[in-house]
Amino acid sequence: MKNIIRIFVFALLLLAAFSFAVVKGESNYAVAQAAPGEVEVKIDNFSFGPQSLSVSSGTKVTWKNRDDIPHTVVSTEGVFKSRVLDTDETFSFTFDKPGTYAYFCSVHPKMTGQVVVK
Amino acid sequence: MSDKKQDELLIDHNHDGVDRRGFLKCMAWAGTGTLCVISGGVLKSFSLSRSFNSGGLDDLDAAAGKGELQFVQISDSHMGFNKPANQDVAGTLKAAVEKIKALPNAPEFLLHTGDISHLSKPEEFDAVDQILKDTGKEVFFVPGEHDVLNDEGRQFLDRYGKGSSGAGWRSFDKNGVHFVGLVNVMNLKAGGLGTLGAEQLEWLEKDLQSRSKSTPIVIFAHIPLWSVYPQWGWGTDDATQALSYVKGFGSVTVLNGHIHQIMQKVEGNVTFHTAASTAFPQPAPGTADSPGPMKVPAEQLRKVLGITDVKFVRGQNALAVVDSNLV
Repeated sequence: MKNIIRIFVFALLLLAAFSFAVVKGESNYAVAQAAPGEVEVKIDNFSFGPQSLSVSSGTKVTWKNRDDIPHTVVSTEGVFKSRVLDTDETFSFTFDKPGTYAYFCSVHPKMTGQVVVK
Repeated sequence: MSDKKQDELLIDHNHDGVDRRGFLKCMAWAGTGTLCVISGGVLKSFSLSRSFNSGGLDDLDAAAGKGELQFVQISDSHMGFNKPANQDVAGTLKAAVEKIKALPNAPEFLLHTGDISHLSKPEEFDAVDQILKDTGKEVFFVPGEHDVLNDEGRQFLDRYGKGSSGAGWRSFDKNGVHFVGLVNVMNLKAGGLGTLGAEQLEWLEKDLQSRSKSTPIVIFAHIPLWSVYPQWGWGTDDATQALSYVKGFGSVTVLNGHIHQIMQKVEGNVTFHTAASTAFPQPAPGTADSPGPMKVPAEQLRKVLGITDVKFVRGQNALAVVDSNLV
C-alpha cells in the first residue's frame, strides 16, 4: 500500500512539474513575441539618463546603477518597483501598455524620470 | 574649506551679537577641531587648538569638567560601503570608537544619527553593533535612508526600535535634558525631501507640549531639519512644522547627519548642527555634479571624518558642541 501511495505522489509531482513547464514556456513565448527592443537607462551622478525616455509598447527597459551609492527605481503609480540596486546592478521592466510612467528613486526622491510608451 | 561653504554657514538670522570673525572661527573645518558654546542665546566659538594653546577657555573647560551631561553623536557609518572613497569603513568606525574612549570625560551614551549600514544587510548592522559595543555605552539610533531599504524599516525597528513609536521615533530624558529622536527617511515622495509625516508631527507636538519651556531640548534625526541644499535633497519638507513646536523653549539643539560634513546654523533659539560621517566625506553643497562620495587622498581621509562631542552644563544654560576628526 505504501508503495502505491509513493508512486501516486510521484506521478502527481511529475504532472505538476510538467504543467508548470508548459505554462512557463507559453508565457516566455508571449513575452518574447511582444518584445521588439530593449533600452537601457543609466543611473549616474544621482540622475536618470535619459530622464525622459520614449519607447514603443513591448519594450524592455533596463536601469543600471553606475553610482557608488545605491538607488531604486519606483513607479509613482505603483506600476513597478525595484529592490535597492547597488553599483552595477540592474532592474528591468517591460512596458506593454501605452502611457506615461513617472518614476523616482525612493532613497533619493529628488531623482525623478519618466518612460513614455507609445 | 571652500569660500562657498563658509558663505553657506554665515547665515545669521538672529543678529544676536555673534561677530563675523567669531562665527567664522566656529565654522572652521574640523580638521583642527572646533568648539561652540551657546549661552543665553549667544553663540561663542573657539578653535580647539587655540584654546589648548592659550588657555583661553579655562572657564568653559572648568564648567565642562563638571558638566552634568556629556554625550557623543556619531553618524553615517555606512557599514558595507567598499568603494574608492573608503574601502575600510569598519576601520574608520573603530577609529571613531577609539576617539570616544579617549575623551577626557566619558560620555554617558551615544546617539547614532543614521545610515548605520550601507545596504540594510543584517551583517552590516551586526558589524556596527559589534564595533560600538567596545564603547560600553548605550546607543540611541534613528534610521537613515540606507537602513530602511527593501523592508520599510522592519529590520531597523526589530534591532533598534525598542521603546520607540511608529517608524522608530522616540523621546527620553537624561539629567533634565529632553531628547527627541525623529525619523525623516520613510515614505519619501517623488521630487521631495525628507519627510516626518502627519502621525509623527502629531506625536511630537504632544510630546513637547508637556515639557516646561526651560527644559533644554535636543532633537536628533538623519536628514537635516533645516534647508541645507534642497537641490541635493538636503532638507526636510515638513521640518518647519516640527520646529514650530519648539518655539518658546530656551535651548534647542538639532543634531543631524546625512550630508557627511560639519555645518552649523543658529536661528533664534535653535542651533542646528550636522555631524561628519565615520565613513566618507561628501562635497560641499553645489561644488560637484552630485552629492556622491568624495574621494580625498588616503592620508587626508581621517581628517574629514569624525565624531561630535556634546556637553550640557546646568546653570549656565550652555550646550557645547565639539567636533573632532579621526586623526
